[in-house]
Amino acid sequence: MSLASAVLPASRGSHRDLVEVVHVRGLRKSYGGREVVCGIDLDVRRGEVYAFLGPNGAGKTTTVEILEGYRSRDGGEVSVLDRDPASVDRAWRARVGLVLQSCTMPPELTVRELVGLYAGYYPHPREAAETIELVGLADKRDSRVAQLSGGQLRRLDVALALIGDPELVFLDEPTTGFDPSARHHAWEVIASLRELGKTIFLTTHYMDEAQALADRVAIIAAGEIVATGTPETLGGRDRALSDISFSLPAGAGVATLPAELSEVAQLRDGRVHIQAREPARALYALGGWALGHGDDLHDLTVGRPTLEDIYLELTAERSPDGGLTAERSPGGGLTAERSPDGGLTAERSPGGGLTAERSPDGGERG
Amino acid sequence: MGGVRLFAHQLRADLLRFWRNPQSRYFTVLLPIVFLVIFAAIFKGRTIVDGKTIPITTFYVPAITTLGIISASFVNVTIAVVTQRESGELKRLRGTPLPASFVISSRAVVGVVVAVVMSALLLTLGWLAYGVSIPSSIVGLTIAVVVGAASFACIAFAFSTRVHTADAAAPATNLAVLPLYFISGVFVPESQIPRFLRDIATVFPIHHLAKALLLPFTRTHGAALAGGDLLIVAAWGIAALLLAARTFQWSPHAAS
Ligand SMILES: Nc1ncnc2c1ncn2[C@@H]1O[C@H](COP(=O)(O)OP(=O)(O)OP(=O)(O)O)[C@@H](O)[C@H]1O
Ligand SMILES: [Mg+2]
Repeated sequence: MSLASAVLPASRGSHRDLVEVVHVRGLRKSYGGREVVCGIDLDVRRGEVYAFLGPNGAGKTTTVEILEGYRSRDGGEVSVLDRDPASVDRAWRARVGLVLQSCTMPPELTVRELVGLYAGYYPHPREAAETIELVGLADKRDSRVAQLSGGQLRRLDVALALIGDPELVFLDEPTTGFDPSARHHAWEVIASLRELGKTIFLTTHYMDEAQALADRVAIIAAGEIVATGTPETLGGRDRALSDISFSLPAGAGVATLPAELSEVAQLRDGRVHIQAREPARALYALGGWALGHGDDLHDLTVGRPTLEDIYLELTAERSPDGGLTAERSPGGGLTAERSPDGGLTAERSPGGGLTAERSPDGGERG
Repeated sequence: MGGVRLFAHQLRADLLRFWRNPQSRYFTVLLPIVFLVIFAAIFKGRTIVDGKTIPITTFYVPAITTLGIISASFVNVTIAVVTQRESGELKRLRGTPLPASFVISSRAVVGVVVAVVMSALLLTLGWLAYGVSIPSSIVGLTIAVVVGAASFACIAFAFSTRVHTADAAAPATNLAVLPLYFISGVFVPESQIPRFLRDIATVFPIHHLAKALLLPFTRTHGAALAGGDLLIVAAWGIAALLLAARTFQWSPHAAS
């Protein structure tokens, strides 16, 4: 348990509040007779980073804005910091920070003036200059907001979300429009907030972001939660088969592979894919076969499904029988092609910061 | 931060933003001055007001002050509220502990402050350039300016809910006030306006504000306070505020 929650006065809230910062049961919301949030359950615990993923129009912003108290709900039970967000007071607002999906800032003020203005709204704000530095706008602090780039505006938005030193921060696509290094910087900021014991609820379309930051992930599709779990275990990812892929050596056919491999081998885009439960054993057999053909399998890759693979599969169209396509389709689903480009993965270093590194197995952590 | 300090904090930022905004500087500050100069240049001689013959410039200083006050409060506040609502800024402010009443009242006070400054500017210009004497009842004039500005700021809050895009804010406010300026004794003296148009004008607050501002210039003794007219203006303001309290929008019109 983090320091912040450990020193929290016991009188502050109920026991559940100390553990569960967001508690949602059977949340429903309709627009024009169409249900866009269809009875979802969510639990966010104090001190965790919770990533909310889902395709465009899945209902993420609708859900987040109900939790923030902006939108009314049509049904269900919602508690945020032990209060119903439909009726909150200034004290509750002071404990919650937020970045809306879209928002423009007052163009007439400078970065420093705007952050200072917002600092004045809160009872115990963070230091303005330090917060500006935290989001990487120190060299822009005297620029007018009108002169900032899109990504810089978004960073300013994040600074405004943090200036009140909130316990809980809602970030609706906070890094959309960031360049890669700005995004990694934002990850460090979010990771450092977690170190301070803050609870972060974020939506994102970037799987590497969820992978790098989230303690837990929920995927919403068409208003329903289709999976929850840690980034590592989501959708049975940890139990998924490894994908071994290579180009066939000249003159060799799939049929010439050792029997145990040829049974499961599939030819796709000129490459052979083998879904292996025991990758070392499969590779051993494959190695012997390849050397026998005088070929080194120069483009051999071994991959595991990335979070993105799982996501794409879980959010794919519902199958005609009404259920979700729970099984990997033979031709698609877990493709190892996505891996060789080596997605960036971030690991928490012992010091608490984030170090990003390119992992050889492509998008996989550890 | 205590209530008063928090309000001052917000007001300071809102005033700064007003001053740095080129659009508000042009429409609110420059335009009334340009109007006074042009009207004074075109129309010469004397006119009859309330049975008294006065120089036409003595009519135009309070008349254009009416326009200046309405630009500072009604036009400026409507544009600010609609622009900030549609950009999502108001919505974001609602997510902070800043009380909603502070957001609203700070806006209104900006309108009143700017209206007072504009009135002083126009008065000074009239005195220096056209020899229009400063009314003896400066108190009566100030009351009329403040009541007018506050009421028209309240009307702006109600009006803003009818304007759905930031681009439409300036044209919509002009559409509302320009015809009324012509028939309410702002652009032309009342004595030159046909009876039936004047009757229409008396329904709306611009006519009454114009009369209340003119009075201190034609009556050189006593308080020169047009109580009845100011009450009608204030009634419009209060009614608009009550309406706004029920209909005011914080979120962009597209998403509610
Ligand atoms: N105010 C509204 N009026 C009508 N329909 C709405 C409204 N807000 C959202 N919707 C609909 O609800 C659905 C969910 O929208 P929402 O904004 O929650 O999606 P999202 O998951 O945040 O998508 P994105 O990733 O594109 O931001 C969409 O089909 C959208 O059209
Ligand atoms: Mg959204």
